[in-house]
Amino acid sequence: MIELQQVTVTYTDALAPALREVNLRIEEGELALVVGRTGVGKSTLLRVINGLVPHFTGGTLAGRVLIEGRETRAQPPRELADVVGFVGQDPLAGFVTDTVEEELAYTMEQLAVPVDVMRKRVEETLDLLGIADLRNRALHELSGGQQQRVAIGAVLTAHPRILVLDEPTSALDPTAAEEVLAAITRLVHDLAVTVVLAEHRLERVAQYADRVIEVRTNGTVVSGLPAEMFATTRVAPPVVELGRMFGWTPLPLSVRDARRRIGPVRDQLGGRTVPPLRRTSTRAEGPVALKARNLVVRYGAVVAVRGVDLDLAGGEVTAVMGRNGSGKSSLFWALQGSGPRQSGTVDVDGADPKVLSAAQGRRVVGLVPQTPADLLYRETVAQECAQADSESGVTPHQVTRALLDRLAPGVPDDVHPRDLSEGQRLALVLAIQLVAAPRVILLDEPTRGLDYTGKRALVGILDSLAAEGRVVAISTHDVEFVAAAADRVIVMADGDVVAGGSTVDVVGASPAFAPQVAKILSPLTYLTIDQVKTAVGVAGR
Amino acid sequence: MPTRSRRWSISSDRRVPRTLHPIAWWVWALGLATAASRTTNPILLILILAVLAFVVANRRGEAPWARAFKYYLFVALAVVAVRVVFRIVFGGDIDARDMHVLFSLPHIPLPSWAAGVQLGGPVTLEGTLSALYDGLRLGCLLCCVGAANTLANPKRALRILPGALYELGAAIVIALNIAPQLVESVQRVRRARKLRGGSGNGFHALRSIAIPVLEDALDRSLNLAASMDSRGYGRIAGTPDRDRRITGALMISGMGGLCIGTYGLLNGSSQESLGLPALLAGSVLCALGLALGGRRVRRKQYRPDPWKLPEWSVVATGVIPAAVFLAGTGYAVASLNPSTSPLSWPTLPVIPALAILVASLAGFAAPPPLRPAQPAAVRGRAQSDQETAEAGRISPRTEVPA
Repeated sequence: MIELQQVTVTYTDALAPALREVNLRIEEGELALVVGRTGVGKSTLLRVINGLVPHFTGGTLAGRVLIEGRETRAQPPRELADVVGFVGQDPLAGFVTDTVEEELAYTMEQLAVPVDVMRKRVEETLDLLGIADLRNRALHELSGGQQQRVAIGAVLTAHPRILVLDEPTSALDPTAAEEVLAAITRLVHDLAVTVVLAEHRLERVAQYADRVIEVRTNGTVVSGLPAEMFATTRVAPPVVELGRMFGWTPLPLSVRDARRRIGPVRDQLGGRTVPPLRRTSTRAEGPVALKARNLVVRYGAVVAVRGVDLDLAGGEVTAVMGRNGSGKSSLFWALQGSGPRQSGTVDVDGADPKVLSAAQGRRVVGLVPQTPADLLYRETVAQECAQADSESGVTPHQVTRALLDRLAPGVPDDVHPRDLSEGQRLALVLAIQLVAAPRVILLDEPTRGLDYTGKRALVGILDSLAAEGRVVAISTHDVEFVAAAADRVIVMADGDVVAGGSTVDVVGASPAFAPQVAKILSPLTYLTIDQVKTAVGVAGR
Repeated sequence: MPTRSRRWSISSDRRVPRTLHPIAWWVWALGLATAASRTTNPILLILILAVLAFVVANRRGEAPWARAFKYYLFVALAVVAVRVVFRIVFGGDIDARDMHVLFSLPHIPLPSWAAGVQLGGPVTLEGTLSALYDGLRLGCLLCCVGAANTLANPKRALRILPGALYELGAAIVIALNIAPQLVESVQRVRRARKLRGGSGNGFHALRSIAIPVLEDALDRSLNLAASMDSRGYGRIAGTPDRDRRITGALMISGMGGLCIGTYGLLNGSSQESLGLPALLAGSVLCALGLALGGRRVRRKQYRPDPWKLPEWSVVATGVIPAAVFLAGTGYAVASLNPSTSPLSWPTLPVIPALAILVASLAGFAAPPPLRPAQPAAVRGRAQSDQETAEAGRISPRTEVPA
């Protein structure tokens, strides 16, 4: 059982507390879902539970935190390792050893579990999480979903009563996320482990939650039953928004709940024409601007992209989807010209970015990489902007700053780029790339770490870029985002393009990639809440 | 039944594969190194190299470090070459009257402040040979260490450090794990640098690469530290400072004693009274320090390597040559260091040669190495066929004789 009494957490040098007078009780065997905007202190709340706050992070904690009757004030995280298992956002960064089996044993070694018990528990955990065939594999070779399951297994072997997970599925493709969530729900149901998890991708986890804990922007915390909490939370998955729109009580949390209620609405919408997915009419739809033929990228014996043909038109947003490791990033880097490309041609308005110098290449194709922070190396936002201006040789200066203000208004000048939120940092890098005025702009996994509000802002940015006639391509796992942002979708698997076409055709029909609204309203071809809203609004009038 | 007797035959590869205790390999290799350090006889040294190569080829695993032996060989060759070239260039024998002059380099007179150094001059067979023998000995020592590193997983070797040194071992293991990640990070940032139009060269580029990489490394370390902390690392906290200081003092003086003792023992020309006593005193101090430091450690090791008959046999085959070379009885000790001035053919002393050959038995005494299961995609059909065949051959072993 977890009990927080009047807990206030203030970090050193912070103006306001990250958590304010939190009173919270999580019963044994519950799955508690922590929700809230990016940067509100969800991670702080999770770290309070195993004592990382304040023992590891510093800052002051007022109030009492009782974990299974033990107070974290007196016990640092290492002494709580037998009651609380903690898995951070990036499982790979938390691995101590280098093979799966040793990693599973590590916590037990520290706890001095008897040798024969250790052996038994490792085998049990391998089976419980379905990773028995990975036991001798090196950790860094595993896919994201496998790594996440190993990280969970590595804390489970100590038989903790509480499992704390920070965004376990955010970086995963839909299938891998399913694997991880299946493992987590099994722990809750079969072993009565208390699970506390924070997640941005609510559409994946809302249905499994027994309790929802919302962290508000001022640091206060409210908790309650999911159906009641989601009626008012700032962030909500599409299925909940649909329920709110039609005033259903209790609110549906899963696609199944919603489908049982949707009947009358679907009948009503059935005869109507589906509103267009996107306001394509505002776009300056152009001719094909980027033409790639027979692209091959290989790293030694591994073929990452095998003979891909691609035509991207100006004024369109194209989403590239596919499993982790299916060749999306390699394709983007090859299109940009900075990455390897063994054969094939890329033609952007008659120029091949590969043969141009790096400085000229970025005027043709701009790329925002998966970790945007790799591009940033100055101390303040203002310095980064000035640097970008001079690199691109634009006059007058302040062009980057103006772009940044358009993309994300209100980013302060004197802040260190690392202290920006994920969305602001993405906007800064995007602005730096846009200064060179490339015709084609590629974004590799831009939705990582963005909440629903951040994603909505990004959709707006992509729309305006496309409206200028640019070619915009994004790679992402996020189907809800694709439904809202993309005109066309390409699905890659094992280096090949296996499907391509309009968003409705590709995403609507796929069992793994269909957004929640499509699943609920199937066979109607609605993909987003906005479409439903428009259709219902028309009906109301 | 004939198959049963073969189970116990020493050359059998049908024993259950497992990794040998890393300590056993290290003792074996250090035994050979001890032998090598006592001789400059090229025949014996080459024999030692042959034994090393044989055992490595026979008993190494398939991990990355197991493929490193050839690099140690290359380095050893380089050591020999450098030693000989330096001798030729700098060690020109001025008083070469009684020696066999091979050729003469022009003698370059050096100013008086460089009095002890010769540059050029006549090059003698005697001088070159002695440099060659010396280089060979050095290279041989290097290969002994290389063989130990190749045969024993370095990370497993660190894991069996005594409790008091556990933190040190953990730090080294993590450094080994992080190194490839750092390389990957540099590559990623360099590639990203091009996206901003940078060339990737020059001071400016250095800054633009170094800062993101360092930030990345710092993030990783903080993440790792948080993860280790929440998984119980360092639960020994609470050792009084006094204990820690005493442990430190004991360890440092003990290490000093070990160094002096080892030097005394291995350097044949030093006083007999220096080596063994210092070594013993050092060992006792170290053991005390480790015992004191490890007293409060509550930690268990997962799947500890067993110490069984093969370990004892491997240790024995390594200790025998060391003992024979150190004892120096039963054969002409002079034959270990053949004279190069006057020139003489190196002879092959029988007992030391046999002692070295005993070390090659480790190649049979150790169980076959563990071959890690490969991912199904990589594993070829031929190999899985072979495995099935092997499994078939193993099965008669379990039959009970009628």
